[in-house]
Amino acid sequence: MAEAARAKPKPTPETQHFWDGTQVGELRLQRCDACSHVYFPPRPFCPSCASRKVSMFKASGKGTLYSYVINHRPAAPGFTPPYAIAVVELDEGPRMMSNIIDCPQTPEALELDMKLEVAFEKLDDKITLPLFRPAKG
Amino acid sequence: MRRNQVAVVGAAETTELGVIPNMSQLQLHADAALNAIADAGLKLSDIDGFATAVETPQQVCHYLGIKPTWVDGTSVGGCSFMLHVRHAAAAIEAGLCKTVLITHAESGKSMIGKQPRSTPPDSLNGQFEAPFGVYGPPSMFPIPVLRFMKTYGITHEQIAMVAVVQREWAAKNPRATMKDPITVADVLNSRMIAYPFRLLQCCLVTDGGGALILTSADRAKDFPQKPVYILGTGESVETPMVSQMETFNSSRAFKVAGPLAFKEAGITHKDVDHLMIYDAFAHLPLFGLGDLGFMPHEETGKFIADGNTRPGGKLPLNTNGGGLSYMHSGMYGMYALQESVRQMRGIAPAQVKDAKISVCHGVGGMFAASGTIIFTNEK
Repeated sequence: MAEAARAKPKPTPETQHFWDGTQVGELRLQRCDACSHVYFPPRPFCPSCASRKVSMFKASGKGTLYSYVINHRPAAPGFTPPYAIAVVELDEGPRMMSNIIDCPQTPEALELDMKLEVAFEKLDDKITLPLFRPAKG
Repeated sequence: MRRNQVAVVGAAETTELGVIPNMSQLQLHADAALNAIADAGLKLSDIDGFATAVETPQQVCHYLGIKPTWVDGTSVGGCSFMLHVRHAAAAIEAGLCKTVLITHAESGKSMIGKQPRSTPPDSLNGQFEAPFGVYGPPSMFPIPVLRFMKTYGITHEQIAMVAVVQREWAAKNPRATMKDPITVADVLNSRMIAYPFRLLQCCLVTDGGGALILTSADRAKDFPQKPVYILGTGESVETPMVSQMETFNSSRAFKVAGPLAFKEAGITHKDVDHLMIYDAFAHLPLFGLGDLGFMPHEETGKFIADGNTRPGGKLPLNTNGGGLSYMHSGMYGMYALQESVRQMRGIAPAQVKDAKISVCHGVGGMFAASGTIIFTNEK
């Protein structure tokens, strides 16, 4: 019997470019052409100045650990507890929720402000998730 | 809004609180409403304004047989009822209706006639939070805590004291779900739920409901209960995604709603005799004390750990035992309002002597929304 799978995102017209990006190994953000504000999650206008002139760009994929919980129970389908649910502060400014891989899921190993880099985990032919791991070097 | 123009003249909870397996969520609404109607000495036909959350106004109005001329279905989570009070006061002042009934009920434990919450996979939460293993409020609401602790030097023991102190209040309340005393060690040794939070730092899961009746202050004196006046109000929303809060060092929605209510009330923090801060989880009173301006955030942990909010302390906080020990059906804001009204009437099980001003602060979602109501028993 197949195990319950983790919740899978379903892109909308406004977010499709983000999910297209993760499939080709790019973490895509948007920047306002008018006021230079960088924002997330995706939308076709600037939430700071309301300009509709915005551009998508490839982010560095680097960030730091802003905060997290280590979830013990109840566990979400597709997850084996304990697992960390993290919020990553990207070097470009926006924050996003993710998971931290290649790292013990413990308070000792997960230090706030530790440097992270994006890693991509393919769920299926349409969806690849942006996860993060401790930065090398 | 002008001060003291509208008053609470009816207030009641469901006959039972806790585990109520013999009532649907809709019937819990009715049970609370009928108790509040009786408390106010009214008939259902006297109600011409109605507000509720999660269940629709049409659902509850039809069930109760109410024919309103004003309705409000604002549903922003557990503080929806603070927003209803604010909106109802404005509607009464504007002459849209005379007597408003606000109901809350939730079969949070027994799940009878309650739709399970769901996150559509094409919503922003469904795309950018759900895939990373969030699963219910315990996995989401505490996400800001570690950052808050690091920024302000708050300790695990200090946050554990929130639960300890609220249990002290609950011990005085016959209707509280959990009344046995607990220690900081008990809290820090209870089952891990979502680090850094353990079982005793998470709210209860219960069934119950509550209802309020509001009318204009000039009519209020003709009712059987001591009127409780609306002195100040505030509300705001921020984001449905906890990961997208402006900062984890405070709540923007709190910082809008709280000060708005204080300004409208024309009071300072020194004037506050009694305080309710919605505590779905143990960090919320710390956020609330800071964001409402009672003290800098870095002092909040020590303030609670030093006993300032416990029975006999200088700022009685969550005097019913709170969501951690009194009850928490899922949208606790109504119960915080009920306790503020009891304190202002002078009939609370753990009555704060001579209390004249009560601040009642609510949260909705995971810091998604906020509402603040300031009550007084003096006009």
